[in-house]
Amino acid sequence: MVAEARQGLRGGWPTASKLTGWARKLEGRTLAGAALALLVVTAFCSLFIGVSNVTPLDVLRLDNSDHQTRVFIESRVPRLAAILLAGSAMSVAGLVMQTLVRNRFVAPSTAGTVSSASLGLVVATIWFGSASIFLKMSIAVLFAMAGTLLFLALVQRMKHTDIIVVPLVGIMFGGVVQAAATFLAFKYDLLQSLNAWINGDFSGTLRGRYELLYLVGGLTGVTYLFANRFTLVGMGRDFAVNLGVHYERVLYGGLCLVSLVSAVVVVVVGSIPFLGLVVPNVVTMTMGDNVRRVLPATAISGALFVLVCDILSRTIRYPYEVPVGSIVGVGGGVVFIFLVLRSRSFGS
Amino acid sequence: MIEIENVTRRYGTTTVVDGVSLSIPVGGVTALVGANGAGKSTLLSIIGRILRPDAGTVRVDGLDVAATPGATLARRLSILRQENQVAVRITVRELVEFGRFPHSGGRLTREDVAHVNRAIEYLQLEPYADRPLDRLSGGQRQLAFIAMVLCQDTGYMLLDEPLNNLDMRHSAQTMGLIRQMAQDLGKTIIVVIHDINFAACHADRIVAMKDGRIVADGAPREIVTPETIKAVFGIDVPVHEVDGRPLAMYFA
Repeated sequence: MVAEARQGLRGGWPTASKLTGWARKLEGRTLAGAALALLVVTAFCSLFIGVSNVTPLDVLRLDNSDHQTRVFIESRVPRLAAILLAGSAMSVAGLVMQTLVRNRFVAPSTAGTVSSASLGLVVATIWFGSASIFLKMSIAVLFAMAGTLLFLALVQRMKHTDIIVVPLVGIMFGGVVQAAATFLAFKYDLLQSLNAWINGDFSGTLRGRYELLYLVGGLTGVTYLFANRFTLVGMGRDFAVNLGVHYERVLYGGLCLVSLVSAVVVVVVGSIPFLGLVVPNVVTMTMGDNVRRVLPATAISGALFVLVCDILSRTIRYPYEVPVGSIVGVGGGVVFIFLVLRSRSFGS
Repeated sequence: MIEIENVTRRYGTTTVVDGVSLSIPVGGVTALVGANGAGKSTLLSIIGRILRPDAGTVRVDGLDVAATPGATLARRLSILRQENQVAVRITVRELVEFGRFPHSGGRLTREDVAHVNRAIEYLQLEPYADRPLDRLSGGQRQLAFIAMVLCQDTGYMLLDEPLNNLDMRHSAQTMGLIRQMAQDLGKTIIVVIHDINFAACHADRIVAMKDGRIVADGAPREIVTPETIKAVFGIDVPVHEVDGRPLAMYFA
């Protein structure tokens, strides 16, 4: 009887399903390849978009005293590097966070991580104003970590852990933290700095002022090394423990990584809304939730998304610039609403 | 050999597992039966180091479960709980590949791939290998998770209510597989099960629990009697012989 039942289970069209499997794999690789090619082309173009008219020929002359060449080296290249590093790192941080917390709508910007980082920066500037950027950043990291853990503690106490309610609570929590930051900033005359941290913007990215971002590039690499562990933790505690994964260590280590990346990005470019939420969701929707498999595509798509938004921010009101945060916010917000509606209609 | 010594576990003031001692030699299927809340799943979780006992020790091949590194233990003993995450969009093959994690840390060797293929083949999951878990039926998904623990290639397999939410066909199929894995592959399997008839039909040994203690322990024929069932479940049930097997008629 058992053999019979197993025979019955076999059913279907094995070859057809094998074919769709290959198609899926191929599709994933082609998509990532196409995105990478598009990223390279867009990145190249972005180097020659801006108020100063710089052409590839100017750069080829390699004359350091030349104004165009200096703009290229001092501003355009750093800006591009900052965009690629911040865009990919924030998207990957979002991917890790939604996996660890097991909720697709929880990202650094909807869990209070980013707001807590900016509160940390305000506090650091008020009380350690003369300290080095590293100390200020460390304080921001501690705040980001504490804020994230506080949010998780809040969620664990909630009786109603609906997939949408959890990030809504996170957004409200972030709002409260942000209000505290604004109050302090107002009192100590730091509103301008706070604004720079809240509104992501690459227009101030110059050589010597963005290099901290290489740190998040390195952290994204570290994330890839632990990708499998993050997926396993996302499958639940029992599942992870069975496979010999140290659940708590990976969970909190991962959140630490996310807080670190968020804080560094806030310090250098400011917060980029919805990035860590929208990009991983769109990528995992097409490629699945295996972190190791989707991480490269997430990093590439995140960089591409921010780069396109930044080019728009440079050209939409030429010769003036719109903060890139606003463009990402509008585009990302639309996608976010679409994702929420979709998850509702599918009754997840 | 699994040795359980004086294991106790409390939730608040309730003692769920109460000083249980039990030893399970290598080989065969052992079924843990009992009423809801008897402590079967808790005991299984303690053996599988998912829960820590408040007192007592569990040793697997002489290794103290609480003190052995997780990765070392994961190559000797696997545990499959009943609540498995289904919202994660990974394919059956990806899931089964995770079974090799304790062996290779995620970088699959040629040998790992062979294990994965064998496990998928053994559970006849080839047609679904590239399908995401969320697009499988409950029965298929259960088989996929069993394929994963099989791929983990451990001598001991602990399965917590593997028949939960399965229909007749899938229940019979799953129990048949468990029996077959013990026989063909020499696995030592401990399975928590509600239906005493499934236990009687497929297990070599039945351990019955009540209120956190072991109240009966023996071969199916010794356990599936009206007296023992009354002692374990607190109901009067006639037992009939069908095709040479004891069958508890608890349906009416």
